[in-house]
Amino acid sequence: MTPEKKLLFIILLFGVALFISLPANFTLFDRKFTRPDLDLRFGSFEIKKNFDLIFGLDLAGGSHLVFEADVSGIPDSQRRESAIEGVRDVIERRVNLFGISEPNVQTSTFAGKDRIIVELPGIKEPKEAIELIGKTAQLSFAEVSGEAEEQTLIPTDLTGADLARADVTFDQTTGKPVVTLEFTSEGGNKFAEITGKNVAKQLPILLDGQVISAPVVQEQITGGSAIISGEFTLDEAKTLAIQLNAGALPVPISLVEERTVGATLGAESVERSVKAGLVGVAMVLVFMVAAYGKLGIVADLGLIIFGVLTLALYKLIPVVLTLPGIAGFLLSVGMAVDSNILIFERFKEEKGKRPTSDALEVSFGRAWDSIRDANIATLVTAFILANPFDWSFLHTSGPVRGFAITLALGIGISLFTGIVVSRNLLRVFIREEKK
Amino acid sequence: MNWMKFRRVYFLISGAVIAVGVYSLLTWGLNLGVDFKGGALIEYKIEKEISTEGATAKIEEKGIAVTSVQKLGGETYLFRLESVDNEKRESIKGVLQEVGGSVEELRFENVGPSIGPELIKKTIYALVIAAIAILIWITIQFKSFKFGVSAVLAMFHDSLVLLGLYSLLGHLFAAEVDFLFVTAMLTILSFSVHDTIVVYDRIRESQKKLGGNLYDLANKAVTETFVRSINNSFTIIFMLVALALLGGSTIKWFAIALLIGTISGTYSSPFVAVPLLVTWEEIKHKISK
Repeated sequence: MTPEKKLLFIILLFGVALFISLPANFTLFDRKFTRPDLDLRFGSFEIKKNFDLIFGLDLAGGSHLVFEADVSGIPDSQRRESAIEGVRDVIERRVNLFGISEPNVQTSTFAGKDRIIVELPGIKEPKEAIELIGKTAQLSFAEVSGEAEEQTLIPTDLTGADLARADVTFDQTTGKPVVTLEFTSEGGNKFAEITGKNVAKQLPILLDGQVISAPVVQEQITGGSAIISGEFTLDEAKTLAIQLNAGALPVPISLVEERTVGATLGAESVERSVKAGLVGVAMVLVFMVAAYGKLGIVADLGLIIFGVLTLALYKLIPVVLTLPGIAGFLLSVGMAVDSNILIFERFKEEKGKRPTSDALEVSFGRAWDSIRDANIATLVTAFILANPFDWSFLHTSGPVRGFAITLALGIGISLFTGIVVSRNLLRVFIREEKK
Repeated sequence: MNWMKFRRVYFLISGAVIAVGVYSLLTWGLNLGVDFKGGALIEYKIEKEISTEGATAKIEEKGIAVTSVQKLGGETYLFRLESVDNEKRESIKGVLQEVGGSVEELRFENVGPSIGPELIKKTIYALVIAAIAILIWITIQFKSFKFGVSAVLAMFHDSLVLLGLYSLLGHLFAAEVDFLFVTAMLTILSFSVHDTIVVYDRIRESQKKLGGNLYDLANKAVTETFVRSINNSFTIIFMLVALALLGGSTIKWFAIALLIGTISGTYSSPFVAVPLLVTWEEIKHKISK
């Protein structure tokens, strides 16, 4: 490929990246533009993607919660592990009740402490969420013994763990809301046994020892599913279903960390960092022209291409952008021009020794060794910070990771723009000059 | 230029900066933030202007210990308190509503005391693993253990400079050590080594072509990479200064920490790593004689 063809390819790539990196709506010269989302169809194959930046909790607003599980009651390490998995599943179910888009629940173990990290983007009332998530709530079914005046409740071995799901439906004849229960196969057997013993009696459902519902058994129920009917309002039925679904945590948990950022503060942070970024980039652009003249313009073009490509990649991968992530990006802008500076300094030296176009090629070749070795060292650090394999002895979440990911991406792309883009730009310009 | 002749001066300058830092570390320690110490950090937007002393007194009446209240400008205030639960959180908001009208919680961070030690451990692991990885990488690429060791020592020099000066900033301007500081600390490692490798690369290249002793090669390499080092640091400094001045309160100290690290990293490559290398070679020479 000739440098001109490569340049054409770069321009094409730049165009595509520019399209992706544009905001969804923007105004230019008093005209409003809307960037369409990608919606391609090849027969039955369909690609649909909206190119929006994804912001992390600190920019979009939301809550980051860390719970610690108390597993002191379980000495066996294998059962402890499954208990933690159980906790995660229950929390996931509880979180899903809030109808938040893309909640994230993960476990982390360090130095004998078991943690569950819960991320709730865009949540307005974190207090309620914390209360519901943290409820140790023990759900169980109880038998009633004794006569009307001195009834006692005897809990059975049928618990929340035996319940597969609960839903709200409507009775087909009366049109009233009812709650349907579906048991696991083991739970179904237990339920059949218990209902067989208690026909025409109440079978109270207890949550943390409190009766939340006390349906009367009409007949023995063997199918593994049941219906609780009664004088429910729709809201009552929903609440009951939520309580039943949320089940019980296998072990108690406590909140050890909370970070909540309001949406307004997040938006302000974005605005400020964008401003800081623009000012910084402008200074770098001016500096490069001041220090290297025409060569500086080439470096600036490379830098602009770098910025657009990076933004496009954030959207394509997608990278969840956090405040430290933005800092990582801005930092990589500063580092992106480094390969250009290395080459230009080398070029100044070599120009005295040989013809210009040779000097250029020699400079690129010689500078490459140090660019490669130096950037690999930076990538190694970024790798350790990003901890992609989730090694439990390193940081597994939070700002460190966001920063490392954008820094690593920045270095990767800067190698491309620093070497491929500026090199071909320079080749073409120098050839033009010779003519 | 005979840079290596003034090795003692460079070691003295580094020694002095580190001595100030270590003195500050020993006297005042680090100003640990909630990430390490545990406690709560709440940013409120309060409609009416409130007196920070008055608000502090009223909150303490409720039995909640207040570490500090800081006006961030506009209508926003930053409260640092002991670790609070939901009940206390509500009662603080109640107190502020009494004195300030409508109150909005912009940011709420509450960290239990058990998180800090874990953070420190993980950070030390990350530091050690990064240092070993870089040591191995340089030793392989430059086929010499002393190149690797000198680079890693320069790296620790930068970490120590940052830690010490940040302790001083913590004492003078209440700069807090938080999660972001840890990130800055680890990033500095890569910065430092990035610059060092560029100088090393020149030594390696001249060694292949011209041969000669390390002392002269080092002088030549430092001269050849000097302008590049300064110019490159300028571009990074531009970005960081913009971030420190315009980026907002959350990111300001992070940018300043990176700034200290960048300057130290730029200095330490020609003036710590390379002189160490030359000194090492000299000592080896003397012993073999």
